[in-house]
Amino acid sequence: MTTSATLGITPELIREHGLTLDEFEKIKTLLGGREPTVPELGIFSVMWSEHCSYKSSRVHLKRLPTCSRRVLQGPGENAGIVDIGDGWACAFKIESHNHPSFIEPFQGATTGVGGILRDIFTMGARPVAVMDSLRFGPISARGGRKFLADADSNVATSPAEIHRNHSILEGVVGGIASYGNCFGVPNLGGETKFEPCYSGNPLVNAFALGLVRKDQIFYAKAAGEGNPVIYVGAKTGRDGIHGATMASEEFSQASEAKRPNVQVGDPFLEKLLLEACLEAMQTGAVVGIQDMGAAGLTCSTCEMGARGRVGLEIEMDMVPQRETGMSAYEIMLSESQERMLLVAQKGREEEVLRVFQKWGLDAVQIGRVIPENTMRVLEHGKVVAEIPNEALTDDAPVYKRPLERWEPPVAREVPEHIQLGMTRDLTGDLKNLLASPNICSKRWIWQQYDHMVQTNTVEGPGAGDAGVIRIKGSQRGLAMALDGNGRWCYLDPRLGAMHAVAEAARNVACSGATPVGATNCLNFGNPEKAHIMWQFSQVIDGITRACEELDVPITGGNVSFYNETLGEGIYPTPVLGVVGILEDERKAVRPDFREAGRAIVLLRASEPGDAIDAAFEFGSSEYAKEILGELWGYPPQLELKGEAALQKTVLELAQAGVLDSAHDCSEGGLAVALSECCFQNGVGAKIELSSSDLTAVCVLFGEDASRIVISCDPSLVSAIKQIAAKHGIEADLLGETVPDVLEIKLDNKVVISAPVSLLHGAYEGSLQKALSTEPDLATMSSG
Amino acid sequence: MKALVYVSLKKSVLDPQGKTIQNALNKMGYKGLDSVRQGKYFELTLDGGLSRQEAEAQVEKMAREVLTNPVIEEFRYSFES
Amino acid sequence: MKFGVLIFPGSNCDHDAYWTIQQIAKQPVTFLWHESHDLENCDAIIVPGGFAYGDYLRTGAIARFSPVMESVKRFADAGGLVLGICNGFQILCESGLLPGALMRNIGLKYVCKPVHVRVENADTPFTSACREHDVLNIPIGHMEGNYFCDDRTLAELRQDHRIVFRYSTLEGEITAEANPNGSLDNIAGICSAGRNVLGMMPHPERASEPQLGGTDGLKIFASIVASFAASRETILSR
Repeated sequence: MTTSATLGITPELIREHGLTLDEFEKIKTLLGGREPTVPELGIFSVMWSEHCSYKSSRVHLKRLPTCSRRVLQGPGENAGIVDIGDGWACAFKIESHNHPSFIEPFQGATTGVGGILRDIFTMGARPVAVMDSLRFGPISARGGRKFLADADSNVATSPAEIHRNHSILEGVVGGIASYGNCFGVPNLGGETKFEPCYSGNPLVNAFALGLVRKDQIFYAKAAGEGNPVIYVGAKTGRDGIHGATMASEEFSQASEAKRPNVQVGDPFLEKLLLEACLEAMQTGAVVGIQDMGAAGLTCSTCEMGARGRVGLEIEMDMVPQRETGMSAYEIMLSESQERMLLVAQKGREEEVLRVFQKWGLDAVQIGRVIPENTMRVLEHGKVVAEIPNEALTDDAPVYKRPLERWEPPVAREVPEHIQLGMTRDLTGDLKNLLASPNICSKRWIWQQYDHMVQTNTVEGPGAGDAGVIRIKGSQRGLAMALDGNGRWCYLDPRLGAMHAVAEAARNVACSGATPVGATNCLNFGNPEKAHIMWQFSQVIDGITRACEELDVPITGGNVSFYNETLGEGIYPTPVLGVVGILEDERKAVRPDFREAGRAIVLLRASEPGDAIDAAFEFGSSEYAKEILGELWGYPPQLELKGEAALQKTVLELAQAGVLDSAHDCSEGGLAVALSECCFQNGVGAKIELSSSDLTAVCVLFGEDASRIVISCDPSLVSAIKQIAAKHGIEADLLGETVPDVLEIKLDNKVVISAPVSLLHGAYEGSLQKALSTEPDLATMSSG
Repeated sequence: MKALVYVSLKKSVLDPQGKTIQNALNKMGYKGLDSVRQGKYFELTLDGGLSRQEAEAQVEKMAREVLTNPVIEEFRYSFES
Repeated sequence: MKFGVLIFPGSNCDHDAYWTIQQIAKQPVTFLWHESHDLENCDAIIVPGGFAYGDYLRTGAIARFSPVMESVKRFADAGGLVLGICNGFQILCESGLLPGALMRNIGLKYVCKPVHVRVENADTPFTSACREHDVLNIPIGHMEGNYFCDDRTLAELRQDHRIVFRYSTLEGEITAEANPNGSLDNIAGICSAGRNVLGMMPHPERASEPQLGGTDGLKIFASIVASFAASRETILSR
């Protein structure tokens, strides 16, 4: 190769590219001893980045279970695929867009949604649902204390931070809405959580799911020497090229000193790309296709070649460009959105190009498939980069980073000043809890999302424990849920991660669907810190255990490290997305009580723990956080065999059609779960509980796992008990549904009594109220 | 030659976006603000083939027929060479 | 009766309307591409929801210039039935088939939720299966549904009974709270002077199957089919 582009690579340039000197030596070895050219250095730097190479996480991710008889495609492709019967398969995945969403919330979120949608339709699947898991810092002065470091640094969130958190939330929600609504895919909700640790590090994890006929799946794999490589979609600009890698002016003729780093999404273009790609695939002339996401053209070029054990040779001059004077380096590293790379059958290019022309899209041949397993980049006909595909993919560095067991700086026992047994206004507590940000209705958010387009939405956001869609032309439906609990993972990463899997699967089961697959988004701090890596490893162990026991393989996902601001990391936050199959969508179960005079039963997998355990575990509850303003102890225990049996029980009951409703008991415990069952139809409940020596708050608001509230015809209770007993599950009759009022008795004393409308009002109104209450910045700056 | 076209809601039409921005600015402590109206701005780069007069007629027509909706919007434009 | 559903680049409720007409209303239906002038002998045209041309300039602003809209205009002028839903309503206003304009929602945000609309005029081909002052539950999903027109136009619309739907409470009261987007006079849908063109913000195709939350929207499609059959009979009996 000519070395005209080699300007002598300095240690500084290497560092600016985020590479270590050892990694640079490895690059030289992989290139047969020579120094890389500058474009090659850029290519290595993006492909060997944590984001693309998973160099810190790969050794751990290997432990995850990824197979079952239903899994058609596990991790390693653009999305995982599961067989759902009737000749249908579904492709799904969750991905993070955390950092861009902090820098520019609106555009960060739009491009996050755009990226995950492309991952789905690249596989030939039409996206039919999206969901989001969002985490922000506090949005009101209450509950804003940090529990992160020692007690002395427990500080209230400042008005400026609250103001910023409002605008981040509004921007992110607006971005998700703008992209998904225009693209025309229903948003089934997801989850939104608030903790002080996300104040400088919001998490935006986007999930998408698509449907594809089992025999029409497309892969990101090149094949066939001489086949044309076709570039489709938006023109390439200098979007998203990392600032640090732009230091050297010598290799760029660009006049603009400052390059934009924020990518801007164009949902209209993506919609055209979707329709055109699916139509082009129908011609039969497409061999392989991959979207250009992170690391853009670089990633798609080497990965498609590597998967097919061939090479792609591309000419920079042919790449459609939005700006003038772009160098090969910039073109290869650009992260412009809404672009695809595909390989077509030689001689049938015209058929493919015609489809894109019909949709008004740029589609040009930029290269061809070559037999060598190599990525070759030409500029004005001269080779500027030539790298073996494996050097960028399989041979990328893998680190077994040091792990160090870590104890969170919180008390494990109940703090002395907390008296759990104290007499309290428990109705008032329930009202406050229902209005707290993590529990309250997220209607303000999801009402901005089109959740009905495509006319498949059986249970939209806020309607059920999981989102449910029907599949047109089939009896079947699909249910999906996202879950994560960073606070629990902070206290015990392994147990917290198990809970995330269990709760997502339980939510799916509550809707009557059998969980069949999962995707995970793993949000963590800096992996170079041993305790963060330990948290990561523990979380993987927890996910692995839970997925094995609950029979939900992981089919893909993504890892996001370095979620830190000023050295302070987020809670370790694995988010799990679980997908389940409803054999008959008409049997979908909702959480709502339907009418008065029905029996209310609690299904549970285990006995409540003793009073001491309950008090330890109570410190991780929403009640402890919101009402007591404290954090201590451990997450609730979780017995996975019992959880699996519980889910089987509720599925059998749903199949049998004996359930009026089913709702998972989670944040806020039994009292909150019962309240939520009342809201939709304004039906109340009379409940009788016994304390068995536990304090009232633990019984009402404790968050013991593996519990489901169901309602049914009173005459069916004994039959339901029998089915539950067969699975080893307890079914306690709690009471009955009544008009208008929620009343809970504990040991024959009324402890909670309130009109459903009052509780509902607290639950519905609080998010909008918090967001419309802006901290007074004028007085703040003058003070 | 460049034509700069400014489109805004007619004075008789409520502009909720402008209103919201005004409220926010007031809240942030900016004083002396009477009203805020939000609008759109277009930069049309014309090739050299048109005379000033032709260009004006062209821009006027595009603005009236495409860039604005006469039911709710009005426009003005200027040129920059 | 044959329906045609227009497709613009960016339409995204085209398949939903097609499905409802074919599978639920059980009528023949075909897609009509924006670049074609040929309406393929359709008896009714649906201008579906979505974001035609991204709605980047203004909702419906570019779509109105497409070849298919020239044919739709001629079709409407000759008395053909045209139903514009959501973005379709916006396109019909932009192209002058209906008066007024749809502005940004007063709350400035996209709103997706079921709403109640009161039938103000049951004597149109789109509402003949309803009775006057029936309250229908049909979802909306839009950012620009805030109907606006000048006073004279509003007076005309009222006088000619061309206001077909108004946002109301479940009980049929027209209140400010029931108005989801700030529309003038709670207007949710209007028709042309000839009654053959209707624009409405709510999505009837999203309320045509019980498991999706109701079937009130089906009344619109049923009305079209019944009115068309009746008009055919009149012609045949002449």
